[in-house]
Amino acid sequence: MTAKVITITSGKGGVGKTTNAANIAAALALTGDKVVCIDGDIGLRNLDVVLGLENRIVYDLVDVVEGRCRLAQAMIKDKRIPDFFLIPAAQTRDKSAVSPSDMVNLCDQLRPDFDWIVIDCPAGIERGFRNALAPADLVLVITNPEISAVRDADRIIGLVEAEEKGPAKLILNRVSIDMVKRGDMLAADDVVDLLAIELIGIVPEDPNVLVSSNQGVPVVLNEKTKVGKAFRNIALRIKGEQVPFLDLDEKDNFFGRLGKVFRGANH
Amino acid sequence: MSDIEQKVRVEIKGVQNALLVTLGEGDWADAERSILARVEAQNSFFKGARMAVDVGERSLRAAELGSFRDHLSDLDVTLWAVLSSTDVTEETARRLGLATRLPGTATRKQKIAPVSTEFSGESGILLRKTMRSGFKVTHPGHITVIGDVNAGAEIIAGGDVVVWGRLRGMVHAGADGNHQAMVCALELTPMQLRIADKIAVPPRRKKGEVLQPEIARIANDQVVAEPWNFKE
Repeated sequence: MTAKVITITSGKGGVGKTTNAANIAAALALTGDKVVCIDGDIGLRNLDVVLGLENRIVYDLVDVVEGRCRLAQAMIKDKRIPDFFLIPAAQTRDKSAVSPSDMVNLCDQLRPDFDWIVIDCPAGIERGFRNALAPADLVLVITNPEISAVRDADRIIGLVEAEEKGPAKLILNRVSIDMVKRGDMLAADDVVDLLAIELIGIVPEDPNVLVSSNQGVPVVLNEKTKVGKAFRNIALRIKGEQVPFLDLDEKDNFFGRLGKVFRGANH
Repeated sequence: MSDIEQKVRVEIKGVQNALLVTLGEGDWADAERSILARVEAQNSFFKGARMAVDVGERSLRAAELGSFRDHLSDLDVTLWAVLSSTDVTEETARRLGLATRLPGTATRKQKIAPVSTEFSGESGILLRKTMRSGFKVTHPGHITVIGDVNAGAEIIAGGDVVVWGRLRGMVHAGADGNHQAMVCALELTPMQLRIADKIAVPPRRKKGEVLQPEIARIANDQVVAEPWNFKE
């Protein structure tokens, strides 16, 4: 095995990097691949919480880099998904504790044993971003359908190109179909038109994501949700399969289905 | 350590608020090692410094300059500028957001540049890429972009600016006071448009409005934009 390193970034904070990293990594692991996630947000770690693994942290990324433990000791194995691991960030240090060359070395050590290494990048374009970008084979840029997030995504795509890590691929997160229909939100076409890179996923807005994050269960494990399906499709596209984009317009809750039944009966 | 240092001569002098490093003969890998060895040996002197490196005729790619910058930042030194007489290195440095000349000094390239086929007193550069947010290009002559100029990007030209694409960023034509300068684009919807000392903020376009190529220039002391009509 020679793992590919996927770096998940956005520039702007709060657009869903960590949620996407957790769910895409979990979705890749659910396809049977061996996956390790690395939390690159040293000092403001979140990925462990979203994955529900925070109470099992003994060693972290900085301990590995500074030689206080072996790499295997810092890897936390997920109990729900086979072959799914997390290397958490240190909470008591900052981004300067790790350098881009440390990250390249770390990933080179991991590559033989995994199919995918997923790095959750911190917000911003400083040291933490460069750490996460240095080992990347594939960069996924997350954005929301709002102008400020798209502007930052554009900046990030430019930086990724400048470092010759491109072309990055795009995930449009938190799309509310009702708002797009009303013309209150940028549509996927508008965003892709502006950023001019390949779209690899559209993730619908869904309150289940928040609930799952708080419970520490990646929403992708919830078979019933459309958002979980969206993440599983992204994983398949990363693996090179052609999967059509979901029809977000279709209601998938009970009342929506009920409505459909009635509408069906009327016509 | 001393034998590495001797491989490529490294001279350091203070300029304005940075340290200017000039290099002797030798390939880049040796030069990089020599600089890093020097910085490491006198780390207390270099700590927190801004560095400008004159790489001369060496052609450097993003991977080389990027890793050099990262190594320097490990040693707490900021790579601020890369001076070079090659286009490849200048382009790489510009893309990495590094300065390519020290303020107030002309590059060597300009001094020795032969008279080209362009009209005397005018020169231009051509950029064939999407100019994304945060990307800035400055040139004393004309600037032509084939591709979009996104919001957050800046183009500053001494002469005209031509964009074969959508112009949504900030553009300044005739930046050194040339009132004859003009800006044209297939879709002229910049954040702000400046010609010489005039600043204009174009009106917001309606959603779904079909845009046509336009040309902006100074007329009656105002910046005006009008559709470009090839029949005239």
